[in-house]
Amino acid sequence: MPERSPKLPLSWILVAMLPLTIILPAFNLVNSYLQQVFMYVGINIILTASLNLINGYMGEFSVGHAAFMAIGAYVSAILTVWVFPKAYGPFVFPLVLVAGGIAAALAGLLVAVPSFRTRGDYLAIVTLAFNMIVKSALENIDAVGGPRGLLGIEKLTSMAWVYVWVVISIYCIRNVVYSNYGRGVLSIREDEIAAELVTVDTRQCKVVAFVIAAFFAGVAGGLFAHLLQFINPRSFALFPKSTEILAMVYLGGVGSIGGSILGATIFTVMLEVLRPLGVWRWVAIPLALVLLMIFRPTGIMGLREWRFLVPETEAIPEASGPAQRGAGGTPGLKEADSHGNPAD
Amino acid sequence: MATLQIEGLTHYFGGLRAVYDFNLELQLGELVGVIGPNGAGKTTIFNLVTGVYVPTEGKIVFDGVSLRGMPSHRITSLGVVRTFQTIHLFRDLTVLDNVRIAHYSQCGYGVTGGVMRTPKFRSEERRIVDQSMSLLGIMNLSRYAGSQAKALPYGEQRRLEIARALACRPKILLLDEPAAGMNPGEVVRLMELIQWIRQEFSLTILLIEHQMRVVMGICERIKVLDFGETIAHGSPADIQRDPRVLQAYLGGSLQKGGDGR
Repeated sequence: MPERSPKLPLSWILVAMLPLTIILPAFNLVNSYLQQVFMYVGINIILTASLNLINGYMGEFSVGHAAFMAIGAYVSAILTVWVFPKAYGPFVFPLVLVAGGIAAALAGLLVAVPSFRTRGDYLAIVTLAFNMIVKSALENIDAVGGPRGLLGIEKLTSMAWVYVWVVISIYCIRNVVYSNYGRGVLSIREDEIAAELVTVDTRQCKVVAFVIAAFFAGVAGGLFAHLLQFINPRSFALFPKSTEILAMVYLGGVGSIGGSILGATIFTVMLEVLRPLGVWRWVAIPLALVLLMIFRPTGIMGLREWRFLVPETEAIPEASGPAQRGAGGTPGLKEADSHGNPAD
Repeated sequence: MATLQIEGLTHYFGGLRAVYDFNLELQLGELVGVIGPNGAGKTTIFNLVTGVYVPTEGKIVFDGVSLRGMPSHRITSLGVVRTFQTIHLFRDLTVLDNVRIAHYSQCGYGVTGGVMRTPKFRSEERRIVDQSMSLLGIMNLSRYAGSQAKALPYGEQRRLEIARALACRPKILLLDEPAAGMNPGEVVRLMELIQWIRQEFSLTILLIEHQMRVVMGICERIKVLDFGETIAHGSPADIQRDPRVLQAYLGGSLQKGGDGR
């Protein structure tokens, strides 16, 4: 069971796909509608995977993810519209997205602080309030257009940029999940008091989770703004935006990056496919979600992961016989062996 | 020199006095037992020492450092580690992960190291896995490494808790009723195991029990609590003869005159 083999080809496949995301639109090999759908899928994957870090891996219930998205969207849009001359747009775009991400990450830091003392339903209320505050603050700042929103954003988001950011965000989130901090985050979900008592600095873990999740939500917001070319506070309201992200997380499955990818893709594509139903798709989709929750409450992938997303450092070493020292050394365990389990 | 020094430890839950004026000096390498009937305040003492609660009054000093008001994870990182009376494993995670998590504070890379997968990350992860596997080996749990903690039989879960506690590199191990729910045969093996890890990891152990049999066998000194107060203190032999202890355990009818209220 060598874990190594799938790893190298994966990074090659990912790199090989990049030219495709440039060539396909350049030669009009996919129509602009499909490109649009592809980009929405990508943005939603980033949003879902980042929220999954908080709601799935850490087991908290954050309901205001669109607030971080809003901060990233406004900060990056302000930068490209007002700060940088139009001609520079395409060159500064990645930096602008990072700036939006950092602004959102600072907000994430702000939300992490109440999470030290509150959890569960109460933290949900905090994030809900945060979402409302961000939305109404934006509505009341005339400089950014108030409720009318921000106009004149250039279309800088392309398939290639979305693709690159999806890969970066999945890579980073996966690496955090499979690190010391990710284990800390998981231990908070499992048993916060026990986590503290086995040396886990739970506050540090919460900060890490919120900051990273908010950063990528901010980047996704920036991509969203430069795709739609128009943002207003209502685009980032609790309903429908935050709710949609939540639906994608729970559809795909909590605590799973593969699930986030699936959930975001299926949900976004379903919205498009069911478009002919008109208003009825808002009956069909929630109904599908209800049925899913009844028959598969953990979502499609709940707590499981695609093999190729699990790094090789996670491979469980083969137990080397009935313990090097335990066999002769540890007393009180000799009889415990005879449970009928074959010694490895 | 005392490694853990507790002086005048008092704790109230609202109007309820859970612990009153508890004193203890734990010498390096000692194995001391705290016994008492249910509700005597034993577990509260552990919660106070490990920072789960901040004591109403009293001093807790470990190797010259005051632990009062310190967050639990720092106390544990200093080497004062406890287990739980009721099992508190990370149930949905693997047995290996349960032990790996306990290496949190010893991990030598930061968030960026983790994201970038630096060589330092790789070597640290390898070290953590190796150490975890060897602890699982010692506790005879290697073959369960990949299974969920909740799938283990009860006795194995108890041993996993001890393995996880050992992964925190304790200097003092606080064991909270480790024999709870075990049959007499298992209790005997558990006592052997405690003796052995104490030697092997050169630990100082403070043991809470309400089964007299467990503590009598292995502890050098015993404190007896009842209703939050220390009612007796001494060697196992002394304790067994102490009238106040008998009264606390067996009710007031046998011996009169003690104030084991």
